[in-house]
Order: sequence, then structure tokens, then C-alpha cells
Amino acid sequence: MNPQFQLFPDQASATATHLDHLTVYLLTVAVIFSTLIFALIFYFAVKYRRRSGHERPAESGHALPLEIAWTVIPFLLMMVMFTWGASVFFEMSRPPDDAINVYVVGKQWMWKTQHLEGQREINELHIPLGRPVRLTMTSEDVIHSFYVPAFRVKFDVLPGKYTTAWFNPTKPGRYHLFCAEYCGTLHSGMIGWINVLEPAEYERWLAGGAGGESLASSGQKLFEYLACANCHRTDKPGRCPNLTGVFGSKVQLTTGETVTADEAYIRESILNPGAKIVAGYQNIMPTFQGQVSEEDLLQLIEYIKSLAKQPAPPPAAGAARTAQRAEPKQNR
Amino acid sequence: MITATVPTRDNYLTHEYGVKSWLLTKDHKRIALLYLASITFFFFLGGIFATIIRLELLTPPGDLVSAQTYNKLFSLHGIIMVFLFLIPSIPATLGNFFVPLMIGAKDLAFPKINLLSWYIYMAGGACVLYAMLEGGVDTGWTFYVPFSTSYANTYVILTGVGIFIAGFSSILTGLNFIVTIHRMRAPGLTWFRLPLFIWSMYATSLIQVLGTPVIAVTILLVAVERGFHLGIFDPALGGDPVLFQHLFWFYSHPAVYIMVLPGMGIISEVVSVYTRKKVFGYRFVAFSSVAIAVLGFLVWGHHMFVASQSVYASLVFSFLSFFVAVPSAIKVFNWTATLYKGSISYDTPMLYAFGFIGLFTIGGLTGTFLATLGFDVHVTDTYFVVAHFHYIMVGGTLMAYLGGMHYWWPKMTGRMYPEGWAKLSALVIFLGFNLTFFPQFILGYLGMPRRYWAYPEEFQVYHVLSTAGASVLAVGYLIPAIYFIWSLRYGKFAPDNPWNASGLEWQTTSPPPPENFEITPVVTYDAYDYSILEEMKVG
Repeated sequence: MNPQFQLFPDQASATATHLDHLTVYLLTVAVIFSTLIFALIFYFAVKYRRRSGHERPAESGHALPLEIAWTVIPFLLMMVMFTWGASVFFEMSRPPDDAINVYVVGKQWMWKTQHLEGQREINELHIPLGRPVRLTMTSEDVIHSFYVPAFRVKFDVLPGKYTTAWFNPTKPGRYHLFCAEYCGTLHSGMIGWINVLEPAEYERWLAGGAGGESLASSGQKLFEYLACANCHRTDKPGRCPNLTGVFGSKVQLTTGETVTADEAYIRESILNPGAKIVAGYQNIMPTFQGQVSEEDLLQLIEYIKSLAKQPAPPPAAGAARTAQRAEPKQNR
Repeated sequence: MITATVPTRDNYLTHEYGVKSWLLTKDHKRIALLYLASITFFFFLGGIFATIIRLELLTPPGDLVSAQTYNKLFSLHGIIMVFLFLIPSIPATLGNFFVPLMIGAKDLAFPKINLLSWYIYMAGGACVLYAMLEGGVDTGWTFYVPFSTSYANTYVILTGVGIFIAGFSSILTGLNFIVTIHRMRAPGLTWFRLPLFIWSMYATSLIQVLGTPVIAVTILLVAVERGFHLGIFDPALGGDPVLFQHLFWFYSHPAVYIMVLPGMGIISEVVSVYTRKKVFGYRFVAFSSVAIAVLGFLVWGHHMFVASQSVYASLVFSFLSFFVAVPSAIKVFNWTATLYKGSISYDTPMLYAFGFIGLFTIGGLTGTFLATLGFDVHVTDTYFVVAHFHYIMVGGTLMAYLGGMHYWWPKMTGRMYPEGWAKLSALVIFLGFNLTFFPQFILGYLGMPRRYWAYPEEFQVYHVLSTAGASVLAVGYLIPAIYFIWSLRYGKFAPDNPWNASGLEWQTTSPPPPENFEITPVVTYDAYDYSILEEMKVG
């Protein structure tokens, strides 16, 4: 087939295959129904065309069995659509536990991506073939939407909030990344590329990258630079909670509520510390709104995550990369 | 019984002369014509924007207009077509003219409020036009925050005020219809003897009255945040951007049914008249309009499957969306069944009805695709959605509107339109429409996002087809505009009942007298009872 008249986009993720199967079902139902209706209309329109102006057609009444039939049959077919669609949707909404974490920040009009190993890219993302990738996304300004047609994955990227998406690439190649939510003047220029590399090639890319330092160790530097460690001490009780092991745990608040310390909670605690106070502590932390960027926040979060698994902060950059890559599961 | 009207007989057009007699009229028929002229103006304005959009998209790079201009063009195209054309289109023109005539009333319940609604509409339209001339707006017709409140540097508030004002005209029209249909039906005209057009106008009016205040409040909140930096939607000010989307779609999804329900009403009238049969399953068709109006309020979240609403909310909204498809399917099946053993003639309005059923079926089926959760994730905010809603709003509503215009033109003007040209243009519009919008389904599935000024080269071939179709479509719309105007002067005089229809509007003269009926009709038969015509002839 002439590639210009392509009908289906590249199928480069497991989800893409699952979704295309659903599409075939939808198309089948649609073709059968529209053919049925168009054929009947055409047939009736010819057969019962007016032959003289004095025709007295039969009274049309109504037929309850017929009405029930054409209510119930389409409804049942639609319930199949619903269930099938919902199961694909749940698959899209639930990243597997062994997924690699990548952070994405959208801004007018570019995509910034950060690997845990420290590589940062603009309008590009390199990922290995065959490993699920989980994206944690936020926006610096307006709403964007992360869309890779070849993976059939799309999710809005909102300011002030973390959203996630994931995919499992099954075919090496270079695929379009689009912004799908209108975001201003150069919305149509907010296009990037997803590069799916063979695992060995990916290792080479990681090694050759300008990353240098893992995301967590950048976060640690920032943590020290902002003097967070003065109160959030790890060696002895400080004026603020010890953050070791905090990530992913349940935190008791002064209000008696319990919250899970996830990305959104940590982000809020940095920008708006008074919103949720940990039981036993005072509301003494100043806000860091305006002092840290979205990318800084992601580094800080990654550092706090790393405290959860390795009490001793990561040593040299190279070692940190190896350590983190070896235990991706614990990144969650 | 059919005799050509003596052209000198007093009618609503010749009863008074002069600009003042039009601008201060309380006659629903004249107000309908004021609306007709106004919405036609906005339709062609919106059409010009669409033409430039299609020309820009002929080639992949953005080369005809600047990115900023392109964004303003699609924003104004959407705003004008939705708020100033589609929403008032059928209710304010054909509804305004024919609701009283079809129920045997002298006028609407509140003639002065009816005139007021036109002035309010014009004030809203003037505001949007003023904003456009000052520099326009680039938020899209959806005004998503925080872009519209904190980032866009165009005339957001002024445009919003225009839409806010126009909304009141929509509420007043709806209110007027509800009261009129409840209180002013002719003696003997029970609910189940009403023409189905009246049922659909009634359902539409309910949505207008209940839904429009929500969009008014939403626009007000956008203006407050933009003007006074009160944190409502922008997270930087402590607001929630998803809240805006809930409020916006709570109105804007039902608004789709404000646009399409009146069209369905026209199709029921037309299919019956040109098959000379009562609409099959009358009560099912009547109640399906009400069902659509009610269920339409429960599905707004299907616009937000990837907007970060909870997975379970999405599940519920997807489930409920399939329920709206059921009454729509019921209508299509009943119209098809009406054809069975009918006496079918191919007059222009019937061609439009065939076109409507075909295009609405495609629009409706792709609507169920979009209600399907996993599928929607891939195609939402792509050209698939653009194609889908144009099949509903242009393929559906506009085809029905044009069908209705041809069907009732003899009654409104006392003149016949040229049948040959009319059939030709119906065909041209149908073909042009499909060539324009069908390729966009494929574009969307391939991943072409909407609102793109420039696009990667692999999408070009479908854009070329679409632009070619748009030029055919433009010709198709110009032909009726020309021959309708031509017919006002040169068209054959219309008889009172050129289609042998049984509705009350055909029992008065063409054009009707100012008071509609010399003697208030008494109704003793069901809608679409064609045997009554024989009895009248004998009587």
C-alpha cells in the first residue's frame, strides 16, 4: 500500500495492539449497522417511490416487538463496547510495578524529560525496547497533553498536579510525540520524538549522555543548597520530620487524618507547607513557591524517594546510576 | 383545495411597511426573519474563517497565515458557529416561525420577550464582532483554563461577555416556547397529537433554560479570574483547572442536543410528509427527544477521560454515554421504518432528510466509539473528534436546517424555490460534506491532533482531500443562498399547501396573515393523519 494512504498508525506498543483489536470490533459494528440502514433506506426509497399523486399508503402504526428489538440489540452491542473499552482503559491506567520512571515537564512550547540517571532531554525521549516506561508529568504553565499515536497513549499534563501515563514499546524506531491539548500560539510546534532503542544501544546512549549525575543526587545537592537539611535531619530528631523512609508511607497529620506520602504530597509540602502538618510538628516551614522550578521539585522528590531505600545517600555519580538501574522496582 | 394564493391578500409581510415596522415588530414570524438574516450573516462569516483554515491546512508548513492568526481563526470559527449560528439556528428561525403556527396559536406566549431575545442576541453578536475587530481571541471556543485566564493576551473577556449576553437570548427563547407549548395549543390539540417537531422543540427548550445559566456562570468566573486574579481555576492562584472543564462541559455537552434535537424534529416532519405516512412509533420518537434532553445532562465527563478525572468517574460517564445513543438509534430506526410501504417522493426536503439520516448515523456511531474508554484515549483531541462533531452538527443539524428551510420556504415567503437547483445543491452539499470530513476520521486515528497550524508531512494527503471537499461544500452553500433570494422576487407563487401536508401551519394562507389563523382551528385528529386532507377536500 502506498504509505501516504496509511489507514492505521504504527503499532509500537502492547497497548496499541490491544486497542486496534477493539477498533476492529467498533468498525465491524458500525459497518454492519450503517450498511443495514443505508441498504434499507435505498431499497424502500426505490421500491416505494411515489408513482401517482393519488396513492394512499397503508397506515403506519407501531410494533412493540420491533421497538424492543432495535432498542435492546444495539444496547447489548454497546455494552460489549463499554466493557472492552473499559478493560483497555484500565490497562492504560495501571503502570506495571517494574516500569522505568521518567519525568516529563511540559511548558509553552516544549517537552522536557528527565531520566533517573540524570539525562535530560528537550523534545526527545530515549527509552529501551521491551521495558515498560512510567511517566510522571506536570506542566509549568497551561494544560498540555502528552500524546504518542504509535503507542496509543495520551494523558493531559496539568500545572500544579502530577499525572501519569505508561507504555511498553515493542518496536524500535522514532515516533512522534505531540501536544494534544491546545496550549497557545505554537501549540503545533510542541512536537517531540520518542526514540525506542535496542537495550544494548540504550545502554550506550545512557553512558554517552551528558547526564553525569543522577536525578537523586542533583536533588540531594538542591536539598543542601536550600538548607532543608538544617531542620529535616537524618542523624538525629530535628524540628521537622526525618524524611528517611517517608516516601510511600502513611503519614499521620495534626488533624488526625492519614495521607500517603506520594509525589503530590511532597510537592505540596514544599510549595505550601502549611496545608498538611505532620502530627507532632509545628507549622514553621517557609514556602518555596517561586524558588524552585518544576524540574527542581522533581529532583527533590527523587532524592526523598532515594532516602526511602538507601539511608546512606548515593556516593559518586557513576555508582549511583548503576545502583538505581539495578533496583527500579523500589523507585515506586 | 390547493389554489395559488392571491398575492395581494394581506399577510404578515405586507401588513405594515418600513424599517420601524420590522425593528419594533412583535409578530413571531417577522422576528423569525430578523433572526434568519442575522444567523445567515454569522454562518457565512464563520464559513469564511473555515475556508481560510482549510486553505492553510492544504500544505504541511504554516505558510498562509501566522500561527497566532490561525489560532484566532479556529477560535472565532467555533465561537461564531456554535454560539451565534447553531444554537439559535433552528429554534430562533424555524421554531420561532412555526411553533405557534403548528399548534394553532396566534403568537408566542410573550411576543415582547421574543423581540427582546433578538435584541439581546444582536448585542451578544455585536460584542463578539467588536472583539474580533479589535484583535480577536485565541483560546478556542472551549476557553480552557489557565490558558484563557492567565496566559492568552487576546480579547477573552470581551468575547466572553458576548457569549454571556447571547446566552440570555437562548434562555428567553426556550422559556417562551415552553410556556407557549403548555398554554397555547389549539382546542383538541393534545400532547400526543402534537407534531414531533414541537416535541423536539420542547425538549430543546428545557435544555436551554436549565443548561445555559451554567455556561453564563462559568464565563463569569473566567472573567473574574482574568480581570481580578481571584484564584478559581489557575493552580498558580490556588484554583483547579479541571473544575472549569466540569462546568464548561456540563453546559456544552447538553448544548450539542440543543443543536441537534430541533434538526431531528424537522426530519420527523419531512419524512412523514414525503412518505404520506404517520411517523412509525410516534410515541417512541416523541419520548426519545425527552430522553435525550434528560440523559444529555449526565454524560459531560466523557469529554475528560484523559483530563485527570478519576478512573471510576470515567467509567460511569462512559457507561451513561451509551444510554444517550439508544434514543438516537430509536429515532433512526423509526424513520427508516416509516419509509416502509410509503408513497415516497424525492422533493428537496426529502433529499436533505435522507442526507441527514445517513450522516447522523455515521456521526452517532462514531459517537459510540468516542464513548468507549480505551478508544477515546487515542483519538480525543484529534481530527477524529473534529470529524465526529461535524458529522453531527453540520451533517446533522445543518442538513436538517436546510431541509426545513426548503420545506417551509413556500409558507414563509409565499414563493416556491427552484426545484432543480435545490436538488442539485442538496447533492453537492452531501458529496462535498463527505469529502471534507470523512478523511478527517482517518487523520484522527493516525494521530493528527486538532488545532494544529502546521503538521508533519505524512498527514498531507488527507488534508488535501479535506480541503478539496471544503471547496465543493462552499459552492453547495452558495447556491441556495442565491436561489432563495432570487425566489423572493421571481419564484412561483406558492399554494397554501404545496406538499399536501396535514399540519396546522399548512391550513392557513401562504404567507400567513399577521394573526396566523382567521378562525382558531379545532383539532380532532392525530398528527400526520393524511386522510383528513381528503375529508377537508370533500367538506
